[in-house]
Amino acid sequence: MKDKTAVNLKFSLVSGILAGNKVAKVPQNGDFLQFAALCNLKGKNNMREDTIAAIATAAGEGGIGIIRISGDEALDILNKVFVPVSGKIKSRMMSYGHIIDSRTGKLIDEVMAVYMKGPHSYTTEDIVEIQCHGSSVSLRKILALVLSCGARLAERGEFTKRAFLNGRLDLSQAEAVIDLIRAKTDKTFDVALNQLEGIFSEKIKEIRADLVDVLVNLTVNIDYPDEDIEEMTYEKLEKSLQNIKSKIKKLLDTADTGRIIRDGLKVSIVGKPNVGKSSLMNAIMGENRAIVTDIPGTTRDTIEETVTVKNIPIVLTDTAGIHDTEDVIEQIGIEKSKESFNNSDLIIFVADASANLEDEDYEIIKYIGNRKSIVLLNKQDKGRKTTSSQISEILPQAAVIESSLIEGKGIDELGDVIEKLVYNGEVKQGDNILVTNVRHQNLLEEGYKCMNDALNMTEMRQPLEFIDIDVNRCYELLGEIIGETASDDIIDKVFERFCLGK
Amino acid sequence: MGEYDCIVVGAGHAGCEAALACARMGKKTLMFSMNLEAIAMMPCNPSIGGTGKGHLVREIDALGGEMGINIDKTFLQSKMLNTAKGPAVHSLRAQADKNRYHIEMKKTIEKTPNLDMKQGEVTDIVVEEGKVTGVITKTHTWYKAKAVILATGTFLAGKIFIGSSVFESGPNGLAPSNELAQNLKKHGMKLRRFKTGTPARCLGSSLDYSKMIEQKGDEKTVPFSFMNDEVGDNKVSCWLTYTNEETHKVIRANFHRSALFGGQIEGIGPRYCPSIEDKVNRFADKERHQLFVEPEGLDTDEMYIQGMSSSLPEDVQLAFYKTIPGLENLRIVRPAYAIEYDCINPQDLKLNLENRHIENLFCAGQFNGSSGYEEAAAQGLMAGINAVLKISGKKSLVLGRNEAYIGVLIDDLVTKGTNEPYRIMTSRAEYRLVLRQDNADLRLTDKGYAVGLASEERYKRYLKKKENVEKEFARLQEKSFAPAEVKEFLEAHGTTPVQSRVSMAELLKRPQISYADLAEIDDDSRPELSYHEVTQLEVQIKYEGYIQKQLAQIERFKRLEDKRLSQDIDYSLIEGLRIEAAQKLNQLKPESLGQASRISGVSPADINVLLVYLEKKRRGKQ
Repeated sequence: MKDKTAVNLKFSLVSGILAGNKVAKVPQNGDFLQFAALCNLKGKNNMREDTIAAIATAAGEGGIGIIRISGDEALDILNKVFVPVSGKIKSRMMSYGHIIDSRTGKLIDEVMAVYMKGPHSYTTEDIVEIQCHGSSVSLRKILALVLSCGARLAERGEFTKRAFLNGRLDLSQAEAVIDLIRAKTDKTFDVALNQLEGIFSEKIKEIRADLVDVLVNLTVNIDYPDEDIEEMTYEKLEKSLQNIKSKIKKLLDTADTGRIIRDGLKVSIVGKPNVGKSSLMNAIMGENRAIVTDIPGTTRDTIEETVTVKNIPIVLTDTAGIHDTEDVIEQIGIEKSKESFNNSDLIIFVADASANLEDEDYEIIKYIGNRKSIVLLNKQDKGRKTTSSQISEILPQAAVIESSLIEGKGIDELGDVIEKLVYNGEVKQGDNILVTNVRHQNLLEEGYKCMNDALNMTEMRQPLEFIDIDVNRCYELLGEIIGETASDDIIDKVFERFCLGK
Repeated sequence: MGEYDCIVVGAGHAGCEAALACARMGKKTLMFSMNLEAIAMMPCNPSIGGTGKGHLVREIDALGGEMGINIDKTFLQSKMLNTAKGPAVHSLRAQADKNRYHIEMKKTIEKTPNLDMKQGEVTDIVVEEGKVTGVITKTHTWYKAKAVILATGTFLAGKIFIGSSVFESGPNGLAPSNELAQNLKKHGMKLRRFKTGTPARCLGSSLDYSKMIEQKGDEKTVPFSFMNDEVGDNKVSCWLTYTNEETHKVIRANFHRSALFGGQIEGIGPRYCPSIEDKVNRFADKERHQLFVEPEGLDTDEMYIQGMSSSLPEDVQLAFYKTIPGLENLRIVRPAYAIEYDCINPQDLKLNLENRHIENLFCAGQFNGSSGYEEAAAQGLMAGINAVLKISGKKSLVLGRNEAYIGVLIDDLVTKGTNEPYRIMTSRAEYRLVLRQDNADLRLTDKGYAVGLASEERYKRYLKKKENVEKEFARLQEKSFAPAEVKEFLEAHGTTPVQSRVSMAELLKRPQISYADLAEIDDDSRPELSYHEVTQLEVQIKYEGYIQKQLAQIERFKRLEDKRLSQDIDYSLIEGLRIEAAQKLNQLKPESLGQASRISGVSPADINVLLVYLEKKRRGKQ
């Protein structure tokens, strides 16, 4: 271990060999006694429960969303994420202020927050509620921040369970609590969601299989030191861990606070300027999201929105037209279009039926090539210069729909076609965007940290059993995502793969 | 023909620990053995300890058991395994002088007050109103007892397989115990078949050691028992050699003659202890398999061929052994064999190792579906302790998964059950960093003392060690040096200099510096510490951070462990539990929510339902 730590030793905070070239905690006099006491298990009973957090308002876009935090650390966490505009936070008093991510200094949302000191609260613990804008983006970002500050995501019904266990609810409500607990396992997802979830869990399973590989090797090296087996070198370990880490990172990136917020089928809407792309988007969204004007090129940036069409979650990207332009700002928009084009699972190409196909249309058609696509021949109300059969000749694999978005025609048909494509498995969500909810994101983030720790330990050439702890934890965390936690499979794999024994 | 507090059936590693524990805790005890020459017999490998197993031996010792002391008296070669890895998985293993191991254990049993031993075959247990009250022997003699401990090993309905030959037998040519198996079934006990095997023994004089690689013990040997500071030098070497394609050819050509593949064996064998034909079959692309040649004792020329157990016919055995470098002129004196025996499903036991259906009947060792001398001894010890506590009307001693490998072993067996002879592994423990072999006494000796098993002398040693370590711990933190004072010292040990004052504890945190090294800069206040004390200090200081992390995990783990579940809950009446969970819970009657959560088929949601149920019940009482 390269030891640059000596200077810091006296002032260090983090403990032990985890530290390495970071910091090392100096053992305090009481630690040993505490250790001995714990070893002898004269443990105390006043154990603290975790602080939990969750989005308390119903899913979907409401005007206001609430994030609830319950537990000893609720106030601490609020202080970490919330900057009140004036005054101090007082129990039972609403304060107005901002949620700021202290790691980046970025403002996330303006909110109202209230702190309710236990035991006079729903769970009898300290409770904090943050009221923010109702968009799921805002809620998700704030929740993610709260979780990163030390809260754990609440299980279904956990607030109510705590309220009950802490004597807040009367006995007659016990059944209701049980119903809440059970709701999770009894819930059935619809087919479309299942399909998408399936791809996600496949990915998690793949990473877990990699983790099992590492764990099996660690286990066999630790538990069978005498056997004639390949040694787990630090170099090999480093390589495997690095690989797993980058896979988790890739997944996490999809859940990042950027554009791609919620999961779904990635659909790009393309077309030359002013053929009705934004109108299409608005028609699907049911409200005016992108600015619609008659001036070509108004939609300069790509816009993403998540909607549900026939129960299928869809991430819509409205792109600027793909045409050569001198305008620098628009150029950026066009580059982005090409990019999102390449990332999408399905392309909706909007063309003007009332005009002949132009160079730009052909340019787009060239881009579409063999990709899954739907062609919307819009502006049927204005004329029919370009026909379905014409399109089918050029793009034989595309579904063609005649529409007049101004008159609201063609939208239902579009929904039917998308549904058909998904259910028939003709379009599948690519494996580039997968992380669908905060719980998954949270678990993945923790797993990512574990891999980081494991890699640090590996770089410092620390004993294998310490590295094993982090790898194992990561394996468990990822298991929680897909509801698999059994660890006996490691031992099974050890005997499956290695010839061991006297 | 006699009235005892405790009767132990079997005198193997489980039986001996059980009997000694009962007698030492002041109960009038009788131990039966089919043959007194079989007391503490080692019918398989001539060694004690190893990964996980070494931890068990230290824990048995810390509680006041005999295995550690006995192997320290009789070891031939000692080796600390895994020293290239961290302290949590350092594991001691010693080659044993089998005969002396048996003799020393027998002597100890002979001179232990309250303890009788008897050669005889127990053929039945007496059960009255759901309670065991005694045993009956082959000679139709009836012995009364308040508690009975079954530790029948591989004797129960034992059957040996060598090629096409199958015959009823206990281990090592001893008689099997058939009647007892039949009668246990009559008492409603469900028995099943497990299998294990052992390699051939040969004469050392027929081997050519120049073709093998010598395996020496450690230069500095280390005792198993916390009662010993020194154990003396190694007396022998072991030898390493390998099979080759020729060996595998012979084996493959004779697959059809193996009892294993012939389908005669119904019992399930352990995966970690496969026979050589199994290895060759399952790992066909492996070019060679290693084997160790290990002495069986100082008074014999017999050698054990570790890694080569088999149920092939004798002529095939000789043929394949002879293909191995160094074994060309091998003379086999005992052929390899596979043995099948009756055992129970350990899920029929409570965590104190008492049978769920027959009160005061305790079970231990291979009879419970485990494998290995150390696993057996650990259960024997706990069965003995708990039998005494039970008949004395005291609370059971159940060690948690966070407290001991013994706890992991028993909880695994009882809660999860096992489909093969169960072997401990360090990876079975969740809190490996805390469950080290070096701190077994700190974890367990006061428990052993509290139940009246660990001796006064052991307890005093433990207290002294604890005090010495704590004192020295404090001193190491207090005593500090200016950078200039330790510059040379640090350079000499290949580690970077410091810029500000540094304590000895901080220096010891560095991987390059050991406690012994510190003597170079230390002063007169440095105490004289024992091996066990030094190890303790080093490990605790060097790995403090990770240990703290794990202790925090244990705190969390204990939340569910501490929530007790009554034995008379009818889970089928609890609303909200899934049917599968309710059935499992009714079958296994877990003693805590923690145990319930480890039962397969019980989900986290079920545990939450139980939490609500417990709260409801608590309020109902108020």
